[in-house]
Amino acid sequence: MDSQKEQLYWRCRRGMLELDELLQSFLDQGFDKLDDEQRVAFQQLIRLQDQELLPYLLGQTLPTDGKMAHVVNCIRHAYRP
Amino acid sequence: MNLECRKFDALVIGAGGGGLRAALQLSQADASVAVVSKVFPTRSHTVAAQGGMNAALANVSPDNWHWHMYDTVKGSDYLGDQDAIEYMCRAASHLVIELEHQGVPFSRLDNGKIYQRPFGGQSQNFGGAQAARTCAAADRTGHAILHTLYQQNIQARTHFFDEYFAIDLLMDKDGFVLGALVLRIETGELLIIEAKTTLLATGGVGRLFRTNTNARINTGDGMAMVLRAGIPLQDMEFFQFHPTGIAGKGMLITEGVRGEGGYLLNGDGERFMERYAPNAKDLASRDVVSRAIAVEVREGRGCGPDKDHVMLKLDHLGSEIIKKRLPGIRDTCITFLHIDPVEQPIPVFPTAHYTMGGIPTNRYGQVVVPVKQSPEEPIPGLYAVGECACVSVHGANRLGGNSLLDIVVFGRAAGNHIIEFLRENRYHRPMQNAQDSIDRALARLARWEQRREGETVDELRKELQKTMEFYCGVFRTRDVLEQGVKKMLEIEQRVAQATLRDHSQVFNTARIEALELENLVDTGLATVVSALAREESRGAHSREDFPERDDQRWLKHSLYYQEQNRLDYKPVRIKPLTVESFPPKPRVY
Ligand SMILES: Cc1cc2nc3c(=O)[nH]c(=O)nc-3n(C[C@H](O)[C@H](O)[C@H](O)COP(=O)(O)OP(=O)(O)OC[C@H]3O[C@@H](n4cnc5c(N)ncnc54)[C@H](O)[C@@H]3O)c2cc1C
Repeated sequence: MDSQKEQLYWRCRRGMLELDELLQSFLDQGFDKLDDEQRVAFQQLIRLQDQELLPYLLGQTLPTDGKMAHVVNCIRHAYRP
Repeated sequence: MNLECRKFDALVIGAGGGGLRAALQLSQADASVAVVSKVFPTRSHTVAAQGGMNAALANVSPDNWHWHMYDTVKGSDYLGDQDAIEYMCRAASHLVIELEHQGVPFSRLDNGKIYQRPFGGQSQNFGGAQAARTCAAADRTGHAILHTLYQQNIQARTHFFDEYFAIDLLMDKDGFVLGALVLRIETGELLIIEAKTTLLATGGVGRLFRTNTNARINTGDGMAMVLRAGIPLQDMEFFQFHPTGIAGKGMLITEGVRGEGGYLLNGDGERFMERYAPNAKDLASRDVVSRAIAVEVREGRGCGPDKDHVMLKLDHLGSEIIKKRLPGIRDTCITFLHIDPVEQPIPVFPTAHYTMGGIPTNRYGQVVVPVKQSPEEPIPGLYAVGECACVSVHGANRLGGNSLLDIVVFGRAAGNHIIEFLRENRYHRPMQNAQDSIDRALARLARWEQRREGETVDELRKELQKTMEFYCGVFRTRDVLEQGVKKMLEIEQRVAQATLRDHSQVFNTARIEALELENLVDTGLATVVSALAREESRGAHSREDFPERDDQRWLKHSLYYQEQNRLDYKPVRIKPLTVESFPPKPRVY
């Protein structure tokens, strides 16, 4: 695996199970389909604090930044129970 | 191998609430402090604690620390050490106020005082009316505490090693701990951090079980490091399960769902809790509900293709109530199950939540072991606090809101004790006397690099988690646990032959996961071996074949040593510091 993705895997290890589950399965199942701009938005997203990220990924609110909001939707749609 | 080496007065491994509170105390006293964390500090598991932190402030109901102490002793099913519990409950109010001054935005009452909510197990007047003792910063108490402590540490110039993975403790021939071998995750480089004192604050080990509420980083690393250094783990058979987690995934579905009128169904569509608890039914205590679910599944009355869970039904409450009173639960179900509980029941199974056992310490955070006649001799230079430690304030069962308290109280106490230790131990001891432990740790790493064929880490971890859940979960008998020990020993052998899928250096998650798997094996064995030996039911450890608590034989702490899976025991500290002891009584609520 390329080292950039390895780094993302590590950075998607979070303090909460909910975030681990959504972010890590997105790396497996959806991330490769993102274009370069969206990948940048993903990186920005995971720089947020866990408590900021949680309501986004649970579908309670969306980030105001359009690209980040789009990536949030991608993560939620890509998730398979 | 010539390894890079850095020197500090104190090394803190773990940057959750426990580690950061200790580090702050030290940095503010001008000690040089290194904090090592495998993830960014503010992504430690403490961030997940939403409920709050207990302190008898008496802002909402009459309260005092002595009642809090009583509840904690009783909650622990009398296995908690009463000196440590008194110390914690007495310190609680002061520490909440201190956190507030440091910047934690606790929620407030109209009169401006800190808001407090009622939690299970809280009483007034030694078992009387419900008390409201839990202080919360909205639903982000853990987050607020973690961020505040992190900012304070930055100001106090604590040195952070972010994304460094601690591999093993370094111990010299005289039994002094001299620091740790750590791995820089970004580059794969090794580093020795030399310190006059080392404090472990690496959190719990929820990842032992397939269904658990913990973040994936909770792999019991510090506990396993201690075992490998020849130090025992205490009371590992006591693991707190929550009855309703999302089946196979673990996310918590709060009691609130059953409180609102939701109920459990087995595969035959039967409301089975009526059989186990005719009065309280679905609102029976956590351990009763957990065991009932496990029995239904084991006896073939589970739901789903594998009959491995039961259903929590709440659609009859109506969409309005669900959307208004349980919005978070609904979001969780829609996200992780693609099921709307307004229409369909939720598949649930008991989920592992909190590790009561851990590294044996006294109330100063010193790691203590039996030596000759003395049950508790400190290991020089080694401390532990938080969920990885067993001080023991939670005994056989932790009360909600007491662990955030535990981590700040004993984080601070350990910091203070280390400051004293540093005054008397001014120089680093020579590292060459710890060469053996360096070599052992390097050999363990090298083994993973050498093997190119074998089972994968992912497969083995899954198998370990299933084994622990089935053979050492909420349903325990001698027969089941004996099989569990056997299977875990087999898994241990297979892990020794397993292979890495990736041998690169940069951000090699696979290598870290392999080391974490070894830690799960070590702590898993500690858990199942201790559980097999304890022939009674107490707190979270309940044995179908020994359903009663047995104070005559078992009012004592277990100590598990890795060498030959040996067990030893030591007395519970029944005597508090200043007040009278609470003698064991039947624990009825
Ligand atoms: C969902 C959930 C909700 C909870 N809610 C509450 C609540 O409301 N109230 C309450 O009192 N308690 C609650 N708890 C329990 C409480 O959150 C934890 O017990 C507590 O936060 C543990 O803190 P800690 O400092 O011991 O460890 P953690 O916060 O788990 O931190 C461990 C640290 O160790 C580091 N680490 C681990 N291994 C290594 C290694 N090998 N190398 C380097 N670093 C390492 C990690 O990076 C991390 O920084 C909850 C728990 C869960 C799961």
